[in-house]
Amino acid sequence: MADRNEVTSVAITIDGVEQRVATGELLIKAAEETGTYIPRFCWHPRMKPVGMCRMCLVEVETPRGKLLTTSCTIPVNEGMVVDTKSEVVTKAQEGILEFLLINHPLDCPVCDRGGECPLQDQTMAYGPGESRFVEAKRHFEKPIAISDLVLLDRERCILCARCTRFSDEISGDPLIEFKERGGTTQVLNFPDEPFASYFSGNTVEICPVGALTAKPYRFRARPWDLEAVESVSLVDSVHSKVSVQSSQNEVVRINGVDNDPTNQGWLSDKDRFIFEYLHSPERLTTPLIRVGDEFVATSWGEALDLASERLGSFHGAEVAGLGGANGTNEEAYAFGKFLRTCVVTPHIDAQMGDGLAADLVAGLTPRAEIDDLERAATILLWAGDLKEELPVLYLRVRRAAAELGAALIVVHPRWTGLHDVATHTVGYRPGDGPDLLRKLRAGDGALAEVCASLDNGPVVAIIGRTGAGEDPRLAEAVAAFARELPDARILPAVRRANVVGALDMGLAPSLLPGRVSVASDEGRTALEEAWGPLPEGSGRDATGILEGLRDGDLRALVLYGADPLRDHPKPALAAAALDNAEFVVALDLFLTDSSRKADVVFPVEAFSETEGTVTNLEGRVQKVNRLLAGPGQTRQAWSVLDELAGRMGANLGATTAEALMKEICELAPAYGGLTWDVLDWGEGRQGVVVPAADGAQPLQYVPVDTGLPSGAAKYALHSGRVLYDDGVRTRMAPSLASLAPEAFVAMHPRDAGALAVAEHDVVRVATDGAAVDLPLRLDVSLTQGTVYVPANLAATAPLGGPASVTVSALREESGE
Amino acid sequence: MTDTPLILTGRMTEHRDDSHRLETYEASGGYVALRAAFGMEPADVAAIVKASNIRGRGGAGFPTGVKWGFLPAQTRPRYLVINGDESEPGTFKDRQLLERDPHQLVEGIVLSSYALDVHHAIVYIRGEYPKAARRVQRAIDEAYDKGYLGTNILGSGFDLDVTVHLGAGAYICGEETALLNSLEGRRGEPRIKPPFPAVAGLYAKPTIVNNVETISNVPWMVLNGGDAYATIGPETSAGTRLFSLSGHVVRPGNYEIVMGMTWRELFYELGGGIPDGRDIKCWIPGGASAPWFVPEEHIDIPVTIDDTGRHGSMLGSGAVVVMDETTNVVAAAHRIVKFFAHESCGQCTPCREGTTWLERMLWRILHGEGRPLDLDMLLDVCDNISPGLRWPPAQTTICPLGPSAVSPIRSIMTHFRDEVEAMIPGLRPAPDREGADVG
Repeated sequence: MADRNEVTSVAITIDGVEQRVATGELLIKAAEETGTYIPRFCWHPRMKPVGMCRMCLVEVETPRGKLLTTSCTIPVNEGMVVDTKSEVVTKAQEGILEFLLINHPLDCPVCDRGGECPLQDQTMAYGPGESRFVEAKRHFEKPIAISDLVLLDRERCILCARCTRFSDEISGDPLIEFKERGGTTQVLNFPDEPFASYFSGNTVEICPVGALTAKPYRFRARPWDLEAVESVSLVDSVHSKVSVQSSQNEVVRINGVDNDPTNQGWLSDKDRFIFEYLHSPERLTTPLIRVGDEFVATSWGEALDLASERLGSFHGAEVAGLGGANGTNEEAYAFGKFLRTCVVTPHIDAQMGDGLAADLVAGLTPRAEIDDLERAATILLWAGDLKEELPVLYLRVRRAAAELGAALIVVHPRWTGLHDVATHTVGYRPGDGPDLLRKLRAGDGALAEVCASLDNGPVVAIIGRTGAGEDPRLAEAVAAFARELPDARILPAVRRANVVGALDMGLAPSLLPGRVSVASDEGRTALEEAWGPLPEGSGRDATGILEGLRDGDLRALVLYGADPLRDHPKPALAAAALDNAEFVVALDLFLTDSSRKADVVFPVEAFSETEGTVTNLEGRVQKVNRLLAGPGQTRQAWSVLDELAGRMGANLGATTAEALMKEICELAPAYGGLTWDVLDWGEGRQGVVVPAADGAQPLQYVPVDTGLPSGAAKYALHSGRVLYDDGVRTRMAPSLASLAPEAFVAMHPRDAGALAVAEHDVVRVATDGAAVDLPLRLDVSLTQGTVYVPANLAATAPLGGPASVTVSALREESGE
Repeated sequence: MTDTPLILTGRMTEHRDDSHRLETYEASGGYVALRAAFGMEPADVAAIVKASNIRGRGGAGFPTGVKWGFLPAQTRPRYLVINGDESEPGTFKDRQLLERDPHQLVEGIVLSSYALDVHHAIVYIRGEYPKAARRVQRAIDEAYDKGYLGTNILGSGFDLDVTVHLGAGAYICGEETALLNSLEGRRGEPRIKPPFPAVAGLYAKPTIVNNVETISNVPWMVLNGGDAYATIGPETSAGTRLFSLSGHVVRPGNYEIVMGMTWRELFYELGGGIPDGRDIKCWIPGGASAPWFVPEEHIDIPVTIDDTGRHGSMLGSGAVVVMDETTNVVAAAHRIVKFFAHESCGQCTPCREGTTWLERMLWRILHGEGRPLDLDMLLDVCDNISPGLRWPPAQTTICPLGPSAVSPIRSIMTHFRDEVEAMIPGLRPAPDREGADVG
């Protein structure tokens, strides 16, 4: 692979001034970088040039005289002489703008784009003063909904093809295209096929006019009314950079911000539209206490008194804490410090038994950065379906494979969203993972080509759990295998928004803040100097905590943004645990299935209402910012914990989030040297990747066989996440809630044949404690003996994520 | 004109009813060139074509041998695409070659492919030519049967497959890069050049796109030598050439001529003059895209590629449309602009919006709704598509379709401005011309 970092330069003359610019760069970009802005509509720095709008015409000297040409389609070369402001260029650009405007409706006062519209701006800067067009303008039916989220006004469209190219080149779901030709050319979706893309909102953002509008923002605000802060999306662990924008004290829009190392400007629609939950009428706005079967609103004082009194009445080790993976590092740190120093319990977990082993995430070396994908020769992806779980990372992998030529090897029990760009797709039956890994390591015949690809570094391995039922130890064995590959780096595919930050803050039974093992004497001693004595020994993880509560070994539980009933792979266990717990206190945004079972519920502030730091899956620490106050009496979570601690006779020292950050940077080795100043957004700021714990947690290559299900109708269950699931935030965002797919079960056609069931038949999928009836889909990409069920939809949630299920046909019994 | 060698149309002239048949083709010297070529090196065959000095017959008139030389030496596969999309209004010469002498084309394809080390050639035929497509397909089938196509052709070790592809009714697919997009199953939209097809064409592989007529000449060249071809006609317009003569002439039709005769000779000796002895008002010398000629200035100019170019127009695809004194030139220009507006692919702004706007302005003028300021505006809008309104045209567009719509407007505004002005209410009295009839 050629060294992409090698930069040479050439001298070109732009408007009479000689400039040095990077060799091979497109003229439009080279000019912009040296201070000459050439107007444009169709060109977008993240997509291939098409030279269609013709706005960026310039004159370039050639042996045959000056040539009018589009600056977005020609690369610079030595000695190039360019005129961007000649009479010919100016007249051509004026002409283009006049052409674009003849059919463009002048409804700017009611157009969402008005005030931030490239067509408006460039007409002001480069356009003719008035129109000479006296014919009737072109008319189309408008607006038309091309999806549940996006509306299209074909009269406003200037046919720059940014949206169609995005869908084709970037997101890989080309559901919109040009239709007709000449003056009746229009962008449209295909008949009976909506523009149902997880990334459709990006087309709205890059539309240079108001042709594409997003339902959640239409007519909500004028751009000059908006207040905005830069932040990162907390929908998943990629932490895409965003601009959060509010009007009249409500978040009304989230836009992507181009940040080289993470999202390159793109967002998933979930990143973009989930903000609606912030203003849901269901948001908790006042503390609640349980009186019998009812919740009663109460004052903070009363609720805090009750919670602190009850929590204080248990022995520390009888109390456990779950959650903290969706907030900031400061909040997670406060939660951990509260549990370990005030409650004095070692039972603490930010994950719900559905993630990766905490030691693995903390100790993963050498750790990849997302941007390593730009240079990877080979990508090994053995994780969940990225399109569903980490959609922006999916875009980056897609780009690496489709545009940059990396070999992509996808190992997953069924075809994923990257199937079409994968060099090799390796399927397996969940449970057979260890066997497959052994074969991969041995370079087994059928996998010889895959192994040959893996020998070609640099390798980026993205490793996670393919489904909730899969043994988390498999990922560790895969990681141990992957790190032996040439020039390999590993990215952990963890999903929950700030789970890496939470683990870094010590929200795991085996970890102390700063990726320090609880077993490390040195680490304990250092922390105890600041915190005072720590609880003895290693605590229980989420599953252990739930079992402890069920069995009475544990008696009380603090939930912080955790919903084990929905998220733990064993919902029956979670239900028994919560039913049996003597006292449950929850810090939450909503009454979830789990917090509904609490005795005291504290309403806390959410994304865009809190300021702090977060750490993404590559270890990049970035800043989230506060734009609004939370609704009603909501408070910062760290402040609630500080108050509770105070009432329990301890002191968290949590006066402000920034003070917590200072404490973190003093105590958590990996975070040393960070400050909010360093992390604040600004020109060229990209956050800071904290160093991986250097080999502190050697990975084990021990593929643990978990045994495959046996018996006539037993199937290995592949329980995979879908982007729009029944999670509480999605449910509370009306624009997204309706997008959750219908639940179904998928199996291989031969398995279906054996059961004598056909596509669309309803079958019963059952585990020990639960059974659900689901319509059947046939899926040839599944290995026989496997069924796929999307996790966490309303209809599938009762199943959880067991390793195996039974499937039976539902027959209409006659005469019943 | 009796000394004109009929390189392309000799067989169909001699065998009026069955020139398309394999037996006829073989009996009249067909596939002899192919056997001869397999005794030569491929480079020798390419050298013959280069030496012939033939310039492409599709419209641009680019020297074919030079084009072939642009293929990068190493990259394989290479493709040969025969452009039979013939959609320039007034052009119907390729149709005759396809329908009436398909084996001549097939042999030309095999010879050219051998010269270019191509193993897959595609004949792209416009969808409105079903008969041509049937005949070519049949000729290809016959050639496979007889071992002129397929593997190890005539024992030479050379392999070639030929595929026929039908267009779907878009003029722009005659533009070579739009044609390639169409072949690839994409929208028929011209690509940005460079890269040129010879470097990155079909499926991004080196591709030569040649016109039907161009390649139909190759068997004759191989039999008679490139030099023999080069000596026919003027030095820079070598060879014979098919002209599609139509409009107000007594004998419209395709004529194979040696270039260099005058327009007067073409119209009055070959075409039989103008019906009813009327006068010529103007003519289109090379397809709807070409600026018009008028008798006062151009009737005695030699019909060659260079002379036509020097006088501000082109021979293009050889479509000559004659308009006599009864023609309403505004209506004629409107009809042509309407064609281009309809055929604009829509991808680039000036063509998509500009051609539509021009058509509507002309329509208004034609229907008595013109305003005095429309005249300069018409030219200024043209200038925004084709800056400077010069020849050969500059363009703000991706491909030459936009500037093509400018040609008829420039023509009427240059030669017949008084007639246009006469249609604008209140501007001036009607000129004293007989028979000018508002269409």
